[in-house]
Amino acid sequence: MSREPGTLSIGWSRIGIELKQLLRDREAFVFTLALPMILMLVFGSVFGDQELGPTGITFAQYFVAGMIASGIVYTSFQNLAIGIPQERDEGTLKRLEGTPMPKAAYFLGKVGQVCVVYVLQLALLIAIGVLLFEVEVPSTAEQWAALAWLSILGLTTWTLLGLAFSSVPKSGKGASAVVTPIILVLQFTSGVFFAYDQLPSWMQQLAALFPLKWLTQGMRYVFLPDSAAALEVTGSFEMARVAMVLLVWTLLSALLAWGFFRWRRRGDG
Amino acid sequence: MIASARLPTVSGQPAIQVRGLVKAYGSLRAVDGIDLEVQRGQCVALLGPNGAGKTTTTEILEGYRQRDAGDVTVLGVDPGRADRRWRTRIGIVLQQVGDLAELTVRESLAHFAGYYPDPRPVDEVLDRVGLTAKADARGRTLSGGQRRRLDVGLGIIGRPELLFLDEPTTGFDPEARREFWSLIASLRAEGATILLTTHYLEEAEALADMVGVINRGRLVAFDPPHALGGRHTGTTRVAWTEDGAPRSVETETPTALVAELAARMGGEVPNLTVTRPTLEDMYLDLVDDGPGQAQP
Repeated sequence: MSREPGTLSIGWSRIGIELKQLLRDREAFVFTLALPMILMLVFGSVFGDQELGPTGITFAQYFVAGMIASGIVYTSFQNLAIGIPQERDEGTLKRLEGTPMPKAAYFLGKVGQVCVVYVLQLALLIAIGVLLFEVEVPSTAEQWAALAWLSILGLTTWTLLGLAFSSVPKSGKGASAVVTPIILVLQFTSGVFFAYDQLPSWMQQLAALFPLKWLTQGMRYVFLPDSAAALEVTGSFEMARVAMVLLVWTLLSALLAWGFFRWRRRGDG
Repeated sequence: MIASARLPTVSGQPAIQVRGLVKAYGSLRAVDGIDLEVQRGQCVALLGPNGAGKTTTTEILEGYRQRDAGDVTVLGVDPGRADRRWRTRIGIVLQQVGDLAELTVRESLAHFAGYYPDPRPVDEVLDRVGLTAKADARGRTLSGGQRRRLDVGLGIIGRPELLFLDEPTTGFDPEARREFWSLIASLRAEGATILLTTHYLEEAEALADMVGVINRGRLVAFDPPHALGGRHTGTTRVAWTEDGAPRSVETETPTALVAELAARMGGEVPNLTVTRPTLEDMYLDLVDDGPGQAQP
């Protein structure tokens, strides 16, 4: 008998399949990839020129940091928490379970899809910011390095949270009604749409429980000049703290994904 | 012989062996003591009303569900402990699914082929399931029948020794159903073992060597289609017209009766019909629970 194909090679081929399905499905494409860019265009056009306090930083510069942090949430959490319930309803997961595909290959496919879409989105958001709103790209190696580790930790956490949360919606159809409001609330409270330091402090503290606030703060370190640290609540970007919180959330979300991810719909086996 | 007896492909060993299978959901015993044996190369059809336990039984055999009691062996392996190697040897066509909408037929087949150690070539499968002309069409543009043929294509891409088909032709028009049957017949001719569930008696009659009728979690009959429920030995209805009035008799010796009628009437017997019970008659008889016992 010939050898069974390896998990890695099947996982690699699942990345391709996952990407094709996402990019060809109009709804998934708009929600996952296009939405942050549309928001960037709209907010950038309306408020882009306004300056934040006496720092001379434009809102567009502030907003691009928030949108990239949000982009992590869209491409991983929203994508999976809406897409997987749909796959469960359509029979994708049940079909896969009936084949010799190693289950790890399915997750590799999802992770690969999330990473590729995120990198694409990151490049497009920066391009839109630079070309249309005079956003400045990070100038130091430290900032680029921070962008890299923030992206890795953020994608890991939010991918695992997406896997865990995919068991919450009762059906694929209702999934976006459960998932989208959560993301919106987190965005409003985490300093994506508004300057975080202007929010009421109870809202700041609520948002500080969740990883989007810390991702956004880290992205501000990446995209804003050092002088903008004065706009932070503590007067610092607190990068060590950002890393700590994201690490803790990564561990927590791994436990949640481990405990809650399901292959079947409720009541099916 | 000792060496070959360990090989899973020994022809003497049944493909499926089930003893005393039980599965309960709460207080409902969906499967209530089923025994079943499917020989290699056989096509077995399971019939039964909705909720009778067909799908539960099939899904236990496919390794999707755990049983509560009984012994089950599928290709020599307990499907409750299914591993990858076992999964490469079976093919599953589930009840209607709606996935793979954005992939072309060829992309889907090529991708799933990559899961198996020795897959059929994609072009061969396209040809077998009659989708060569639709190879580059997206899943969502396929008709119901084409969609189902893609499902079968995905079920056979890994060269399964055993193919499960769960209600494969539900919603087909008669022509599509005939085409589908010839596809299944050609797979059988190559020696694949097939277990299918269906609501269509003519489908069971056309495809199956053995028909099992499941009702209320039990296998109430397991016979070749022509003999289901004693159909081949049961009584036959002979009807004719005599003295201007219709007459009919249930008899176990229809030939003798017709000969006697012919002698009595001196030649042609007016409006003579000789009717054996149809498969449908036998089936309805088998699943008739009597008044007041209808399924909820």
